[in-house]
Amino acid sequence: MPLLLLGLWQGAAAEGLVSPAILPSPVLVMNTLLAMAQSGEMAQAVGATALRMLLGFSLGVAAATVLGGLCGASRQARALIDPLIQALRSVPSLAWVPLFILWLGIFEASKITLVAVGVFFPVYLNLVSGIANVDRKLLEVGRIHGYSPLRRLMRIQIPAALPSYVVGLRSGLGLGWMFVAAAELLGATNGLGFILDDGEQTGRPERVLAALLLFGLCGKITDWVLALGGRRLVSWQDIDVARGANG
Amino acid sequence: MAHDINISGLQKSYQNKSVLGPLDLALEAGTITAIIGRSGCGKTTLLRCLGGLEQPSKGSITIGDGHLAARDIGYVFQEPRLMPWLTVEKNAWFGLAHASSSERRQAAVEALGVVGLTHAAKLLPKELSGGMAQRVSLARALAPRPEVLLLDEPFSALDPFTREQMQEHLLHLHRHYGATMVLITHDMDEALALAHRVIVLSGPPGIVAGDFVTNLSKPADRTSARFFEWKRKLTELLSNRSSEPEALSDDFTRRRTA
Repeated sequence: MPLLLLGLWQGAAAEGLVSPAILPSPVLVMNTLLAMAQSGEMAQAVGATALRMLLGFSLGVAAATVLGGLCGASRQARALIDPLIQALRSVPSLAWVPLFILWLGIFEASKITLVAVGVFFPVYLNLVSGIANVDRKLLEVGRIHGYSPLRRLMRIQIPAALPSYVVGLRSGLGLGWMFVAAAELLGATNGLGFILDDGEQTGRPERVLAALLLFGLCGKITDWVLALGGRRLVSWQDIDVARGANG
Repeated sequence: MAHDINISGLQKSYQNKSVLGPLDLALEAGTITAIIGRSGCGKTTLLRCLGGLEQPSKGSITIGDGHLAARDIGYVFQEPRLMPWLTVEKNAWFGLAHASSSERRQAAVEALGVVGLTHAAKLLPKELSGGMAQRVSLARALAPRPEVLLLDEPFSALDPFTREQMQEHLLHLHRHYGATMVLITHDMDEALALAHRVIVLSGPPGIVAGDFVTNLSKPADRTSARFFEWKRKLTELLSNRSSEPEALSDDFTRRRTA
């Protein structure tokens, strides 16, 4: 299917059916990518975006894991913290941007925080639901063996919640890429989002498409790595691998 | 040393609906007691109360001198309830969280040896058959060397051949560990083959309808006339065709009938 679309795209561009100012040919996009690679612009842009993504993702995952673990394991903590988090969740994440810029400035901190906010919610929600929905029968095994609530959390609830957590990580990763693009579009001097913005401002759609391709490639590779790691983490699951949600 | 179990005035209700009791029972240390009865008569509730998974609504349960550690009670559930992320070996030592790693390993190796699963130590639960999984759950309950072993229809999901094998395992284990065992079962053959004492519950709410010491050899000869006679009598009692256990022949020792 992608090859068919590529063929149609190239055909339409070669026949002049679409203006190059709207949709440049795949060959032009590839040449742009090659030029970016040769000049070092690609490595610099991918590096800057990936670093923001890595820091934001790590921050979001760390916060979601600590708070999700706490709320999943303790009813009191859930009653105290979860309503606030659910209320914050209903605020569209991009609406935080002005506040982050006011608080943290226009540079890296606000962008990383925005990515972290995007990553936080799916990871948190999946972890809380994973821990809260652990089979009562397994918890009873812990009770019979005299496990304390903390030991039950560490030995039963968290391992049992791993499949749900992995799903949350993958959703968070997808949102993280979305938010890093948004953050860079809103004001950056480097990164893939900057190339998108620059391509639009200077009327060079081939640069926009090249940056989109790189975003897609980065997203796909990181998701593949996470899926691979996740599959190893929950390899104990007795599921049809071909249909598994973590595959 | 195995513990005796004393149940006094035990009652359990859910939302003001009585499901069990009042029950007064004294189970001797080191014996196997089978509790049989129809579905819903409160057998599992009784066992869950004994295991501390349910709090009695009234009455009390005293095991031994009343000062028990978690490892003093083993519980085998109707389904294996293995932790799917742990290997067989780690599932077997799941009840030994407080022990040193060498102690845990040794206890797991021993318990797996007793249930004949040493070769499967590194497998995951998903790689086990139903019978193997249930044997692992038995090993998990045995590894801490409990003084009291509670078994809730542990073999009901198994095919007849595996079930009989597991019953033999259980008797072997009883000889090996000498724990006080309480076995919940629907299966009269199982109750008679394994238990020194059979308690019949009727209900709900579950009350004692019959309480017998069988005096059958262990393992019982399932083809003997005495075995068949016991089975017939228990069937009558369970199906309410006989409300007079006094009618049992002199061969049988009747302890108490409520």
